[in-house]
Amino acid sequence: MTMAIDILSWIMLTAGGIFVFIGGLGALRMPNLYTRMHAASLTDTIAAVLILGGIMLQAGTTLATIKLAAILLFLLLTSPTASNALASAAILSGLQPEEGPIKPREDDA
Amino acid sequence: MYYVVTLATLVTMALALVRALLGPSIYDRLLAANMFGTKTVLLLSVVAFLYGRPDFLDLALVYALINFIGVIAVLEFIRDREGSDAKKGPGNTAT
Repeated sequence: MTMAIDILSWIMLTAGGIFVFIGGLGALRMPNLYTRMHAASLTDTIAAVLILGGIMLQAGTTLATIKLAAILLFLLLTSPTASNALASAAILSGLQPEEGPIKPREDDA
Repeated sequence: MYYVVTLATLVTMALALVRALLGPSIYDRLLAANMFGTKTVLLLSVVAFLYGRPDFLDLALVYALINFIGVIAVLEFIRDREGSDAKKGPGNTAT
């Protein structure tokens, strides 16, 4: 039983690390603000759930699990709110999303 | 295994910093700062178990709250500011 929980926890932690890296790469490489926001919010939701869930499985039934659940709850409440506020502020300032196929940029790292 | 997650989070924080330095509009920089803060919360949570010090979870909790408040405060600050560089950037077609 402990072995199964360990394996599940390692799988969740590794998947969370992979998602974090993919989101960071997307936030760097995507062509405009809204696609970058899509990549960044990937790391805010699924990666946070996977990493904090994996640590929670390692922690067992202690106070640390409750703190981790509180962190996860706050992240899941606040990061979509921040993304929404950021996107609406960008739209209101006149930063329009591009339409049609987007060509990749060569001048960007 | 905690090392793998710590390394991935650190690399992602570096990528977010690069985006914050490059990012053409001010919203790109703000998005990168928000992402950096979220990764800091995850990194603190992992480091708490990597070093066996669960006290770090309190820091992560406080950082999650401060990050959100900070992003909302900066958004309020730059909302109607004249002469900001929010109008620059290749994705912008309005004048």
